[in-house]
Amino acid sequence: MASSSSTASSGTAARGASSGAVRVRRQLPTSPWLFAAPGLLVVGIFILYPFVSTLVNAFTDRRTLIPGEFVGLANFRELLHDEMFWIGLRNSTLYVLGVVPALVLLPLLLALLVQKNIPGIAFFRSAFYTPVVASIVVVGLIWVWLLDERGLVNSLLETIGVGRIGFLSDQWLLLLSAMAVTVWKGLGYYMIIYLAALANVPRELHEAASVDGAGAFRRFLTVTVPAVRSTMVLVGALSSVAAFKVFSEVYLMAGPDGGPAGEDTTLVMLVQRTGTGLTGRVGYASAISVVVFVVTVALMLLVLRADRKEDA
Amino acid sequence: MSVAEKVREAPAAVAAAPRRKRVTDEHGRSVRVWELALRYLLLIAVLALTVGPFVWQLSTSLKGPTEDIFSSPPKFLPSDPTLHNYERVADTIPVWDYAFNSLKVATTNVVTNCVGSALAGYALARLRYGGRKVTTLVFILAMLVPVEGIIIAQFTTMRELGLNNTLIGVVLPGCIGAMNVLLMRNAFLNLPYEIEEAAYVDGANVWQRFLRIALPSVKGTLAVVAIFAFMGAWDDFLWPLIVLSDPDKFTLTIGLNYLHGTFANDERLVAAGTIIAVAPLIALFACLQRYFFRGVGEGAVKG
Repeated sequence: MASSSSTASSGTAARGASSGAVRVRRQLPTSPWLFAAPGLLVVGIFILYPFVSTLVNAFTDRRTLIPGEFVGLANFRELLHDEMFWIGLRNSTLYVLGVVPALVLLPLLLALLVQKNIPGIAFFRSAFYTPVVASIVVVGLIWVWLLDERGLVNSLLETIGVGRIGFLSDQWLLLLSAMAVTVWKGLGYYMIIYLAALANVPRELHEAASVDGAGAFRRFLTVTVPAVRSTMVLVGALSSVAAFKVFSEVYLMAGPDGGPAGEDTTLVMLVQRTGTGLTGRVGYASAISVVVFVVTVALMLLVLRADRKEDA
Repeated sequence: MSVAEKVREAPAAVAAAPRRKRVTDEHGRSVRVWELALRYLLLIAVLALTVGPFVWQLSTSLKGPTEDIFSSPPKFLPSDPTLHNYERVADTIPVWDYAFNSLKVATTNVVTNCVGSALAGYALARLRYGGRKVTTLVFILAMLVPVEGIIIAQFTTMRELGLNNTLIGVVLPGCIGAMNVLLMRNAFLNLPYEIEEAAYVDGANVWQRFLRIALPSVKGTLAVVAIFAFMGAWDDFLWPLIVLSDPDKFTLTIGLNYLHGTFANDERLVAAGTIIAVAPLIALFACLQRYFFRGVGEGAVKG
């Protein structure tokens, strides 16, 4: 790889210098392709080809070790009667509904809190970003320990007289806990996006509102929110797509089987469970993946449409 | 103005008030004391929520085998701090080998992403050739493909190439991220043409212009790509979980999950393992956060 590109570069060097045209945009026809080739190869082989083969496999009964044959819509018909699929679809949908409003609003408030340049604010900004930096596995294990029957949260709850709560043993509490962890880990990431947007809000707007006698809350609603609305839509789109594809948080907190009776399984967990291993049903897992694609594209379109409607 | 620039301005604003130390906001107006107190109170509360869990994990990892880690009310400081648990993790799983595997994967990912996306980004932004639009579209499409949905097909592709259960297989699918290519493209687009034009007149060919002129001007974006590439590879869980089956080749994240599954009854060990996994990243981020906040701020403002 390295040697071939260096010979190519010396080749173009010799010929490039001899041509006398004074235009930056002209060069040998091959060199742009040499620049783009590594990226195109990686993306083509490991992203686009697998994407196409997922779409194709969804209509076959391919397994890990067996090539499989075309079976038409059989996989999708089976999905309709698969209880685990409906559980996965329900949980992934609930995840979007639970996580997205929190991730649109809380990081904005956090950004407002760290926006002002008071002494030590750089430390707070970086510190709030720590959960984003940490691996999801670390985050998952930390929260499993915190929410354990004997963990810190329950010790505190007992100390203040509430009593212990089985966060990780109840199906719904487990899902809620996983959502809380997703929000906790995402706060810092979206905070940065909002900080960049807030930096562009003209201060005159705030001053004008102040002169008109608007309080902090009023100014937030009438100045800040409209000014960062497109960023809120972006955060909504990003977080809803990510939430629908949730895997690691639930996998780590509920275990590979998805909690009690698999009731906390999400769609991507189901893809991982059915499609891997020596007996993996690649075709069926691909059909579930296709459902994931369709829903995420629909979510994006929905959010973007909502954005356009409010503009009109 | 980027976030980092503002941060640097803050001390100057404070020093500018000669008589009394005065705290000002981003517009140079003074901040009332009670408002400032409330702000710090909220900041500290959020700090406790975001960093507290890591500190608690660190505390647990330093508690000795005889100390009660389940006490109520909880004890935040270890009564007799010890590094014993870190030795025991290494006895239980080859945690340093796993860390080394993660380091290899993450370092390779940084190099390939920086080189590959700079090259491709330069072609997209600065070179004119038939098929440039198609190439751009390929990278945009690749960015939109949800990785979670194609993971099974990526796995079968890797099997066909005979690379599953290898660290190369862990690195390859993300070794040149489409998003990084587009980030670099935007960075190169923002450079003025005139400089390159002058170099061209002086006889510099395309590779020389790329290496000597364009690349040094986009160091900030390159740093962001590097940080994201390192974090992404070091933190990744789903893909290594699928592609690696041999415990010798586990990366740290997979090894930790394994540790959790096997020794869930001793939280001190799991805590020590997680601290080993998170400490290098926090250190790296603490060193580079200046570039990071500036780079992200610039990208968001200009993009």
